[in-house]
Amino acid sequence: MSSETVVRVIVSGLLNGGVYALAAMGLTIQYGVARVLNLSHGEFIVVAAWLTWTFFTRLEINPLVSAAITAPFFLGIGFLIHRTVFTTLRKRAPSPAAFEGNSLLVAFGFLYVVQNIALLIWGGVPRAYYWLTGGVNILGVRFALNNVIALAVAVALGVAFFVFVNRSRLGKAIRAAVEDPATAGLMGININLVLPLVFGLGALMAGVAGVLLSMCYPISTFMGMNYTIIALVVVALGGLGSIPGGFIGGFILGIVGSIVGQLESTLTLSSFYALLMILLVARPKGLLGKS
Amino acid sequence: MDISKFTSRKFLSVAGFILAILAFLAIFPLYGSNSEVGVGVIILMYVILTVSWVMFSGSTGYMSLAVAGFFGIGQYVAAFLYPRDPGPLLPLPAVIIAGGLASFVFALVVGLVTLRLKGMYFAIFTFGFAVFLGSIMQYYELQIRGRRGINVFPISNQTAFYILIVVVVLTLLTAYLIRRSRLGLAMQSIGENEDAAAHMGVNTTMVKVMTFAISAFFMGVVGAIMAPKWQSVDYSSAFLLLYSFMPVLMAIFGGMRELYGPVIGAVIFAYTERTLRLQFPYYYMLAFGIALILIIIYLPGGLTGLVPTLKDKLGGVIARLRKGGQ
Amino acid sequence: MPILEGQDVTKYFGGLAAVSHVDFHVDQGEIVGLIGPNGAGKTTLFNLISAAFPISSGEMRFKGHKLNGLNPHQICKLGVSRTFQQTKIFTNMPVLQNVLVGAFFGTPTRVSAADAAREASQALEFVGLSAMSALPTKDLTLVNQKRTELARALATRPELLLLDELMAGLTPAEVSESMELVTRIRDKGITVFMVEHVMKAIMGICGRIMVLHHGEKIAEGTPQEIVANKKVIEIYLGEETRAGS
Repeated sequence: MSSETVVRVIVSGLLNGGVYALAAMGLTIQYGVARVLNLSHGEFIVVAAWLTWTFFTRLEINPLVSAAITAPFFLGIGFLIHRTVFTTLRKRAPSPAAFEGNSLLVAFGFLYVVQNIALLIWGGVPRAYYWLTGGVNILGVRFALNNVIALAVAVALGVAFFVFVNRSRLGKAIRAAVEDPATAGLMGININLVLPLVFGLGALMAGVAGVLLSMCYPISTFMGMNYTIIALVVVALGGLGSIPGGFIGGFILGIVGSIVGQLESTLTLSSFYALLMILLVARPKGLLGKS
Repeated sequence: MDISKFTSRKFLSVAGFILAILAFLAIFPLYGSNSEVGVGVIILMYVILTVSWVMFSGSTGYMSLAVAGFFGIGQYVAAFLYPRDPGPLLPLPAVIIAGGLASFVFALVVGLVTLRLKGMYFAIFTFGFAVFLGSIMQYYELQIRGRRGINVFPISNQTAFYILIVVVVLTLLTAYLIRRSRLGLAMQSIGENEDAAAHMGVNTTMVKVMTFAISAFFMGVVGAIMAPKWQSVDYSSAFLLLYSFMPVLMAIFGGMRELYGPVIGAVIFAYTERTLRLQFPYYYMLAFGIALILIIIYLPGGLTGLVPTLKDKLGGVIARLRKGGQ
Repeated sequence: MPILEGQDVTKYFGGLAAVSHVDFHVDQGEIVGLIGPNGAGKTTLFNLISAAFPISSGEMRFKGHKLNGLNPHQICKLGVSRTFQQTKIFTNMPVLQNVLVGAFFGTPTRVSAADAAREASQALEFVGLSAMSALPTKDLTLVNQKRTELARALATRPELLLLDELMAGLTPAEVSESMELVTRIRDKGITVFMVEHVMKAIMGICGRIMVLHHGEKIAEGTPQEIVANKKVIEIYLGEETRAGS
């Protein structure tokens, strides 16, 4: 294997990994704090990707500006959805276990709803757009500029989020709510605001992941579930609720996928799933998860 | 044995009702048009998938999203053992049982890996299961076989219909017997409080795995019947998300407390799906998704969950009428 | 003759030792009390015995069988049963069905439906709930819910019964009734190991008491010895005593 191939595999692995990391961090906080295993996560990624495509091809707005519009939009949508649907569920559920089961099914319903809305608006045919496809040299290998920018944004956002959660007051509240939502509520943290906000943040991550994705790959309305599964595998890898686990796990999975993709590209998703299976047998609490 | 149980009015009227339905089903294919029988086949298919799903997820509370996976496995088993070219390798009944057994074995493996862990890992795993199988079969069909899809030796709508009636009866019978057995008691206790159940001697992992595998058996069986009826199988249509979504919707809508709940839910939604899909393709799916969300929030007990409430209200009205009449 | 014994039993949660190098034993036919301030590790010790979670280090044996590595259902079938600090009854099932679960699954050999039904109704009669067997447990008062849980545990035909705060939340009259019930359980031949905060019960029926504090066993003896024990007095009265002297 030539050194060029190695560099290509690693860098494209990191690029994919960046998107996976964002998606996974979003999913993990939605479960860790808001206690919703959001099976529709991937569909939000797809919608964000399509929105970016529409902005670029119809309105000539470049993706980075789209990201600035999409991010707060998704934050708002996520907040609203949790504040209305999931908060109602939480209040009506007879127990936390029942709430988790019900919210899982509701998220499943959202998967269906969002996917079909996307199908109605954009259809089922895959499409792509081209922006900043000019080349850039890294370690002697040529990469598209948009790929490099996507990686940079993903890493930047990931690090920024990590710092936010660990340093800011709101971040501390979020971490407290991850540890123990009930007690956090008793300590004066407004659960009715923090939980939907965190859910919205998760949706925001999905949104940015979708924008970055659209820059580098064609968009297909049916790829949502694939990304949900990838995010789920990363979250299971890194531990349900662990933000650093999601971040690092995303990059690991990106590289693994890139290596498998070199050998046989149609088996990437299957290899992730097989990895999940092995992990669940060997270390059910995840590599970095809390025990 | 206490004979009086079998001669009570309630038992006789329920038995009579069931026999009447069976008689209707038996005669239906002889008088209905082929497309009507085709709709009937789909309805029966969904009844089996939904009742099988409830067998496990209804009492344990572990939500399996893998119906499409086990359904697809049954289809592929039929495709391999009952192909159009060079012709069936085994007689149809053997193929059908093989489809069920294959799903049974897969479910044992999935169950043993995931049911020892928290419910969320189970949900995650079952969610990806059908997609995983689909992409494996995609690799197999496109890279190894070189072409998409496998042609299956055909059976007529009528044949499928009659076979499915038998399977529906067997599925319902199995579900009924399990509910009333100690296995059913164990599952209920797991659904109520898994920790306590384990401490009272219930081998929770084995109970969950066994029931999960039994429910998968029936999903595989119906898959093995649908493949010849559809005459072909391919990686994208065998494992459609639809087949995981619809049984959940139907079961929750119909209500899972009583066995007839899922049956009612399946009949209503299967019929609606068939009629709407041609006229409003993506809109009806959207409506179903919204329906699922609304039902879970506002009617978690489903349609049959309303029965006690209705009985109370109706009883109250009748009592008031009686009093008024005096 | 110890029916239950543990050596150097330790459990860590993260960096914190909830139970730290505890040696203990319960002899057949005893009623042993386990007391200590909140957070002392009492319920954790019970959870280790019943295998609700795994032990970090140390060894426990029931009738000579090593308990390490067993599952809760296996320990139940060996003959150890328990109740819980927060009752874990099957709320949507009627009382009788709750107890039937114990009767059907709690024994190592398979029981017939008739035997299980008989065992269950005997257990209900023993705790005095026969009249309520058809009621859904969620409609019961706390004391009756606790009785249901007790009957369910008894239906598993245990030789050792772990009672976790059976008396919590009960009125004085209910406490006396429960004390009598526990004594009758011992008289049936079942060894009892009980976590309790209600002193009247501990002093009244326990033959021996163990005291835990911060996960360590700090005292053990008859009720009279424990009441006079300086260390025990200190942890229950807190820093005031030391500050004063």
